[in-house]
Amino acid sequence: MTTDSFRATLRHRRRHPERPAWMEQPGTPTQVLKTLVVIGMVVAVAYPFLLCLGTSLATKDELAANGGYVLFPSEPTLEAYRVVLDGGVVTRAAMVSVGVTLIGTALSLLCTISLAYGLSRPGTTAGKPLLLIVLGTFLFTPGVIPNYLVVQELGLLDSYGALIVPTLLNAFNIVVMRAFFQGIPDELHEAAKLDGAGEFRILCTIVLPLSKAVIAVVGLFYAVTYWNSFFNAMLYINDGEKLPLQMVLRSYVLQGDTFNAKALGVAVLPSSTSLSMAVLILAVAPIVAVYPFLQKYFVKGVLTGAIKG
Amino acid sequence: MSTAASTSPSPVVPHPPPADDGRAKADASRRKRKRRAKVTKRPLRERLRRDRTLLLLCVPGILYFVVFFYVPLAGNVIAFQDYQPYLGFKESPMVGWTNFQALVQEPEFWTAVKNTLEISAVQLLLYFPAPIALALFLNSLISSRSRRFLQTVVYLPHFLSWVVVVGMFQQIFGGAGTVTSYLNEHGVSVGNLMNNPDTFFLLITSQAIWKDAGWGAIIFLAAMASIDNSLYESSAIDGANWWRRIWHVTLPGIRPVIIMLLILRLGDILSVGFEQILLQRDNVGAEASEVLDTYVYFHGVVDGDWGMSTAAGLMKGVIGFALIYLANKAAHRLGEQGVYRR
Repeated sequence: MTTDSFRATLRHRRRHPERPAWMEQPGTPTQVLKTLVVIGMVVAVAYPFLLCLGTSLATKDELAANGGYVLFPSEPTLEAYRVVLDGGVVTRAAMVSVGVTLIGTALSLLCTISLAYGLSRPGTTAGKPLLLIVLGTFLFTPGVIPNYLVVQELGLLDSYGALIVPTLLNAFNIVVMRAFFQGIPDELHEAAKLDGAGEFRILCTIVLPLSKAVIAVVGLFYAVTYWNSFFNAMLYINDGEKLPLQMVLRSYVLQGDTFNAKALGVAVLPSSTSLSMAVLILAVAPIVAVYPFLQKYFVKGVLTGAIKG
Repeated sequence: MSTAASTSPSPVVPHPPPADDGRAKADASRRKRKRRAKVTKRPLRERLRRDRTLLLLCVPGILYFVVFFYVPLAGNVIAFQDYQPYLGFKESPMVGWTNFQALVQEPEFWTAVKNTLEISAVQLLLYFPAPIALALFLNSLISSRSRRFLQTVVYLPHFLSWVVVVGMFQQIFGGAGTVTSYLNEHGVSVGNLMNNPDTFFLLITSQAIWKDAGWGAIIFLAAMASIDNSLYESSAIDGANWWRRIWHVTLPGIRPVIIMLLILRLGDILSVGFEQILLQRDNVGAEASEVLDTYVYFHGVVDGDWGMSTAAGLMKGVIGFALIYLANKAAHRLGEQGVYRR
């Protein structure tokens, strides 16, 4: 009691309502330090984005006057985006990436849902060994070269299929989805069976409508993987027409390939830094756009997987 | 007592009830059969027919894992062959351990091993504690609104591709990057940090921290959230300050998770950021940046030395598996739960 009143006279700061009663109120230096750490983290994450975004929007003259980079352009222009999206290499690569992501995610989800459901019912014949086949993939990695040879053997080299099929499924996602399916009350299955529904019907009319959240999470995990992947393309694709956006980004931003006015189909080019930053922002935009809405589902998904796996 | 037990009818296996007509008898025997069915399995064919939908649903997924995981796993046999692409692995001659013998005489291979172990050690020292520290910090934020906000911010980089992350670092720490220019203007000449082989391991560790420390903190935060609050309360009443509470309550509370992730990390000690290093290998040169995974890629797929690089990959896989197994054993010996039980 006395300490409380002593504290109250010492500091007039309001206690945070969420602070438990037993926890001491931190001193001003601690509070300041904590605030600084928070600000530091936010800046560390946001600065690279803003720098790239600003540079992609800046005019050639402004960039030249500021040593090549602009954080907040004074007269933002979409010229760089217009150039890269006006046909040409980047547009094509972006379309490949969108297509691979959409088709790949759909296929991956289809196979994941059906496999996860097939493994989720207790007492299925051969259920245990089949599950072990899936879980076994956590223990080893077959290695790049045998994988390459399999893809070659299947005749998938230099095809869009090579961007999807080799990474079609991920055991982690199957574990997450299976765990969710197993959480659906058994009574629902029993009731549906009494009404004469088969397993497929139960999956479509009862399980799937109840599993929208987990399907969204797993679908997004797959979509992000497809959108971000470049190694499949690097390994299996030679044809420049079939390269995804990440590979084009790599060649411009990391390997220093210069933008070719002819390849992009325009006469006069904006600054090449602006152009490569525009490509980078294009590669980031879809993820940043959906991320804030889905972050909490992602976290839930990763925790389910960690606990059950 | 024993006689009484033996004479009284067993409650588990009762005699068939006395039947007064045929229908009741059939009912009883059906019931009995049903009861037995729970104990002894029905014939396989019947069970397969019962589960056919479920099994059909499994087919595409299982097929994928077999073709793209177990077949390549078996394909590691070419580590023991003088593999010729036009002959395939059925026709290529077996050469026993020749590839492995050639591999250990290859100085580049040992450079790759050395770099891998060095980078792993640095990451274990600097990267591994980062998510724990971040989780402790996030956990110490009282206001749930600011905590959620900061979580949203620090998880984001995890979803970016390595190409984007390396590209962003390039704009900041590259030769013309903003931080480099700023330092140069203020009399500190750092050169191009992206191309410096001497600081490469620090570069990739800081990239890894920027990208994944936030995401890695999730699991520690969840572990912290499951710690009983009354432990904090009673230790605070006993006079423990915030640091002592972290040391005596929080850290012991998340110890199983730390040990589990440490084991996983140890098992993965031979694979360090393949995509990340692959993207930057040209910048700093193979001498500083070649790791086992990139060695396999460049010598196998790029140079066509299939047998030897598969041997390197196989060696890596086997050692990694052994490491996970041993680390888990050690954890069990120390009374921890480890990755899997038993």
